Amino acid sequence: MMTPRERRAALADPVACLERMMEIRSFEDRIKELFAEGVVHGTTHTCQGQEAVSVGIAKVLEPADQVCCTYRGHGHALALGLTLDAVLGEIMGRTTGAVGGVGGSMHLCDRSVGLLPTSAIVGAGIPIAVGAALASSMTGDGSVALALFGDGATNIGAFHEGLNLAAIWRLPVVFVCENNVYGEYSRFDRTTPIEDLAERGRAYAIPSEIVDGQSLDAVVGAVEHAVERARAGGGPTFLECKTYRYSGHSRADAATYRPEGELDRWLARDPLSLYAQQLVGLGVLDDAKVAALRKAVDDRVNECVERTKAAEPATVESMFRNVGGR
Amino acid sequence: MKMRMRQAIAQAIADEMRADPTVMLMGEDIAEAEGPFKTSEGLLAEFGPLRVRDTPISEMGFCGAALGAAATGLRPIVEIMFIEFIGVALDMVTTEAAKFRYLSGGQYTAPLVVRASTGAGLGFGAQHSQTLESWFTSCPGLKVVVPSGSRTAYGLMRSAIRDPDPVVVLESRTLYAEREETVTGEEGVIPLGVGEVLRTGGDATVVSIGQMVGRAAQAIGQAGISADLIDLRTLVPWDRGLVEASVARTGRLVVVEESPYTGGWGTDVAAHVASSCFASLRAPVVRITCPDVPVPYPAHLEQVYLPSVDGIARAITHVVETGTRPVPWWEKEGLVR
Ligand SMILES: Cc1ncc(C[n+]2csc(CCOP(=O)(O)OP(=O)(O)O)c2C)c(N)n1
Ligand SMILES: [Mg+2]
Repeated sequence: MMTPRERRAALADPVACLERMMEIRSFEDRIKELFAEGVVHGTTHTCQGQEAVSVGIAKVLEPADQVCCTYRGHGHALALGLTLDAVLGEIMGRTTGAVGGVGGSMHLCDRSVGLLPTSAIVGAGIPIAVGAALASSMTGDGSVALALFGDGATNIGAFHEGLNLAAIWRLPVVFVCENNVYGEYSRFDRTTPIEDLAERGRAYAIPSEIVDGQSLDAVVGAVEHAVERARAGGGPTFLECKTYRYSGHSRADAATYRPEGELDRWLARDPLSLYAQQLVGLGVLDDAKVAALRKAVDDRVNECVERTKAAEPATVESMFRNVGGR
Repeated sequence: MKMRMRQAIAQAIADEMRADPTVMLMGEDIAEAEGPFKTSEGLLAEFGPLRVRDTPISEMGFCGAALGAAATGLRPIVEIMFIEFIGVALDMVTTEAAKFRYLSGGQYTAPLVVRASTGAGLGFGAQHSQTLESWFTSCPGLKVVVPSGSRTAYGLMRSAIRDPDPVVVLESRTLYAEREETVTGEEGVIPLGVGEVLRTGGDATVVSIGQMVGRAAQAIGQAGISADLIDLRTLVPWDRGLVEASVARTGRLVVVEESPYTGGWGTDVAAHVASSCFASLRAPVVRITCPDVPVPYPAHLEQVYLPSVDGIARAITHVVETGTRPVPWWEKEGLVR
């Protein structure tokens, strides 16, 4: 099995990028089923529809760069290189999980690829990423920090304080807002009085851009630009990736509040289909190869599910490990 | 009437809103979606979007706004979906609201209710499963209320809304769906600061709150021990007289808590009883708590983490029979001191 760093390096290949997006999709679909089947308890937040952002940032960043993301983090983690077993193991509370199974769906982490502990508190990762960028600027290690967060998070204080700090200290940090139209059950236009969140970055004198979050190339291009700026000492960048969450907010949510037809309009611009078509158009792949990739990915996810079901549940002893404070 | 705790909460809020036009409710997805835990079912439909307001994800903003409004004429209730989210708004509650009366020489008060869901048992993990009572109990200026089911949720909520000072209501999330016979209307109102004796007996006084009350009751039954069971219902101010009188009779105190061993709400009860009832005590004061670890996510570990009915029964039996401290399981197993 590939290590997280090897999985990360593989994203240099466009076909591997498509495959990783398929893997995330297949994984998230399977997770929804596993929760529905009652195999896993608690809650989970899936990211179907947002795969291009995850893979786009992972393709650009180096493993030494530091990433903060959220409870909607399976896709980010898999893109950054965490193995299917590490992510599913965590979701199923197994010792094979990314943090030994005591964290659960909302809490993934892998230092080898720069994934800081993901937070279940909206906005928390934003100032934390600013801090990672502060460390980079002081140690001169050349790393960049990147925070991923949702549209809803731009209404919390941590967002505003974090952006302002990054701007005045000119820190090497990239703020990536995944505007997936909803924060929990509230449509973004009901909680936020502006259409483009990129405006909020500009309010802090941070170069800010609207990005087509369904296009892998668009995400890659924007993140490359931002990371170059950060590494060159040019300070922070804010990217608003316009995207969409196909599923409800969490496993309990059937997303009945969405206007008729909205989901279909987004499905018509599915990031996986768009990128597959692009690779077919370029002659890199043909339809049969795309289908074979999909099948291979589904098989891999299913095998992982079987392995994880058989894996050892997190132990009582593990509750007492890594607690600190004593 | 039998109702679920979430319905009792919505009903209590509705009854106060009908009686007092200054009562309003704010929070994330509480209006159109009727609350992530459906604790505001029907409120938007009856009272409209001015009094039942969805907010952005801006806890500091809406807790502060609730305080400002409370000080100047309204009686706002804010919902904090999971108690941990109060972390980003704590200033407004513990440093501002809690001090308004004091720092205005009594000119301003803050009739504000902060409600939040708390506790473990549903697999929400380390950042969404704590109870955190002592964040508030150690802060003079706040009242702290913890219902143990729909009956107390209804009665205490109505009093909390009427109270002239800020009240934090901590609701065990696992109880929202539980049904209990509930008296509504004026008759169902429960005053703050008054505990309730749920069963009586002579060998021990068992004190608890929230979702642990049910477990403690089961444990006492299972152990076959004759004990007083007191649901404290209010943690600040807690009913010292009721507990002292019981301990004077039983000579033993067992506190059952869903809090860490270090700094849980019961430390205050235990310390007070140990000193004020010293002469009546026949055994050391005992606290049954969770271990000092973050709440683990997997279901099997979450149940290990929480005091179990068996564990509570064993501990009560132990202290009654031996007069010594029952050693917590994690100490016995050498997992932590
Ligand atoms: C401080 C805080 N408040 C509320 C919540 C509950 N909550 C979890 S996710 C969420 C919606 C976040 O929306 P958005 O930032 O758009 O991210 P998305 O879930 O769409 O990825 C809310 C309100 C929380 N976790 N933390
Ligand atoms: Mg969103």
